Amino acid sequence: MMINSMLSDICLLLGGIFTLTGAIGLLRLPDFYSRLHAASVTESLAAPLLIIGVMLDTGFTLDSAKLILIIVVMVIVNPTITHALCRAAAHGGITPKMQSESTQKNKLQTETEFSSKEPK
Amino acid sequence: MIENLELLIDVCLLFFLLLIVFVAIKTTNLFVATMLFGIFSFVTALLFLDLDAVDVAFTEAAVGAGFTTVLMLSALRLTGAFENVKHRHSILGLFIVVLTGAALIYGVADFPNMGDANAPVHVHVASEYIQLTQEKIDIPNVVTAVLASFRGYDTFGETVVIFSAGVAVLLLLGMGHVEPKHEPEKNLVLWVVVKPFIALILIFGLYVQFHGDFGAGGGFQAGVIFASGFILYSLVFGESYARKVVPSSILPRFAALGVLIYGLTGLVSLLSDKTFLDYSALSSNPVSGQHMGILLVESGVGLAVFSTVLLIFYSFSGVNHNE
Repeated sequence: MMINSMLSDICLLLGGIFTLTGAIGLLRLPDFYSRLHAASVTESLAAPLLIIGVMLDTGFTLDSAKLILIIVVMVIVNPTITHALCRAAAHGGITPKMQSESTQKNKLQTETEFSSKEPK
Repeated sequence: MIENLELLIDVCLLFFLLLIVFVAIKTTNLFVATMLFGIFSFVTALLFLDLDAVDVAFTEAAVGAGFTTVLMLSALRLTGAFENVKHRHSILGLFIVVLTGAALIYGVADFPNMGDANAPVHVHVASEYIQLTQEKIDIPNVVTAVLASFRGYDTFGETVVIFSAGVAVLLLLGMGHVEPKHEPEKNLVLWVVVKPFIALILIFGLYVQFHGDFGAGGGFQAGVIFASGFILYSLVFGESYARKVVPSSILPRFAALGVLIYGLTGLVSLLSDKTFLDYSALSSNPVSGQHMGILLVESGVGLAVFSTVLLIFYSFSGVNHNE
């Protein structure tokens, strides 16, 4: 019983930490795709951990079986939804903010050339 | 301690609702507003769940968060995703809004306290319903007993309202016609995952339909869940395939059939010298007559809701395809 409650505490704590990191990532990361990545961590890692934590604390009943089903559904559905969202975003023309330094330099150069040319 | 915790959760959820509403008013992106209203419905469902109104929470989650969001998204494809920037701030409008708000807040002062046993709702007929459910109907879920038997007239009215909503949409938009060339692009991941899930959704819909006497659920929720399985199918695999599975021409007939099942159940009891929708006429044993009546009526509701929901979805996307 002791071990169960300790394990449940650990699960709840880890779930809380992952939820928090997911939320921070969702707010702070620069573009759509990395934000999606942060959000999917919350869904597919934090939520099952929290449910397992609650399950260990209350003991195994019929409700735990239903909760296990919910975990299975979440683990399958959430990555699929993230995938679909990603594809939709790529289809809609959102580009990831992933320019290498050279392209950025080129862009900067062209921008400065344009701005220096314009006054003439 | 536990009661305080529930109160805390209630207050947090209510605060969350206020926040969502403010953001939804402020944003000019209708897409964002639609998603916010979906979240609003989910939070409302949580609030209902916390208040132990499981059936209402179920309906709110299925209809408010699920189906309405899909419908609004279909409508957005017709209207475009951005609000007109031209805002007119009129002082008269502000005055009316403030007046209405003040009147509502004034009305709240007369409300009984939450959980007050002497509140008018609890002393009128509720205790009678709870007692008679055990005696006369003998099913565990009092909500289903009230909905389908005690207040059968009201539920009949609601079913007719849903049916007429479907008829109105059909008259305004028509069913449309979908060419197979408009298929969504092939996506193997979605196909593999969605296929078994559609079966699970349909089974869950049937479970909710026929388990409504014993647990949360009933015809309304089951109809929406069952239809959402088909909506998912048409979103992932393409609507022309969905229209092959459930042809658009039979949907209005199904909706009418659902309402007819409900009405005919009432008519049977009327013909055997009982009042309209008195299910004890359906069998020699009054209790099993009630069971049978509730089953029939709920299946009528489920059929009507399912076909109306799918019909509205078809109409909207049919218009979208033809634009």
